[in-house]
Amino acid sequence: MDPAAAKLIGAGLACSALIGAGVGIGSIFGNFLQGALRNPTAAPGQFPNLLLGFALAEATGLFGLVIALILLFVF
Amino acid sequence: MIDWFISAAHAAAAEGGHGGHEFNPMHQFIIQRLFDISLFGYKVPFTNSALWMVMATTFMTGLLLYSTQKASPVPSRLQSFGEITYEFIANMVRQNAGNAGMKYFPVIFTIFLFVLSLNMIGMIPIPGLGEFTVTSHIIITFALAAFVFIGVTLIGIFKHGFGFLKLFVPSGVPIWLLPLITVIEIISYFTRPISLSVRLFANMMAGHTMLAVFASFVVGLGIIGGWVPFIFMVLLMGLEVLIAFLQAYVFAVLSSIYLNDALHAAEH
Repeated sequence: MDPAAAKLIGAGLACSALIGAGVGIGSIFGNFLQGALRNPTAAPGQFPNLLLGFALAEATGLFGLVIALILLFVF
Repeated sequence: MIDWFISAAHAAAAEGGHGGHEFNPMHQFIIQRLFDISLFGYKVPFTNSALWMVMATTFMTGLLLYSTQKASPVPSRLQSFGEITYEFIANMVRQNAGNAGMKYFPVIFTIFLFVLSLNMIGMIPIPGLGEFTVTSHIIITFALAAFVFIGVTLIGIFKHGFGFLKLFVPSGVPIWLLPLITVIEIISYFTRPISLSVRLFANMMAGHTMLAVFASFVVGLGIIGGWVPFIFMVLLMGLEVLIAFLQAYVFAVLSSIYLNDALHAAEH
């Protein structure tokens, strides 16, 4: 295979890490809504934890994006 | 990483040929040397990165100093901004690192405000200077994360001595699993600065690249079709402001969680 083509395919494949980030973010917000509807009074206290979980899950997907950028710009 | 961006941008500029009108989403990350300061016989370049850091620091210091200038029991709007910011981080540190961690509150407060103001000021394009986000360069975030990592490790060693190594040997683990767990704990401890820095850098860089790509759609589709991506871009801008705040918060939370680990290493 042409190395340049392999590089581009590899970078595209590395972006599939964002699948996991999507699943993670959806599960965090879905579970928060479930819990918040069961016990609305306790929900505001857990809002910082919700945002923390969102940021952590999103960052994991972006690590894949960094690998894609490294593939594109370094090799 | 900066060098690759610069070389990629220069390569793109050379391909385009007609002087700066071609579009490259990585162009915004180029570090430009503004002028040189001579310091002890060395030439220290003052870059646009440094300029933005100076702006962020002066802005935040000035805002906090000004807001606490005329403190009154009934706070004005600006004063309550300062108080809320302080309380927000103080509560977070107290929750995550306990009362022992409050000794190190000023460091975490400073890191939070520094990262927050850099992220926020990076969202604003300034006429004549352009737009630049300091935290979208991994060397800056890695320096911050390494500072936190080394500081926290030193605190742990000074506080517990050899007992600090208990951090890597959690109690209540079956003896046959212990060698494996210890290796995993050590690896996860030493990847902390990398994950802390890459998280902030990747979020900032990916967000700004995405905004630039959408901005190119607006320009490319012209005055008739450009409104659709433009509306989308306004919404994305809101998301980016949220991310800018969240990443500063996550940086501070994780720093105080690491601090908690170091302070209470022997009780594991």
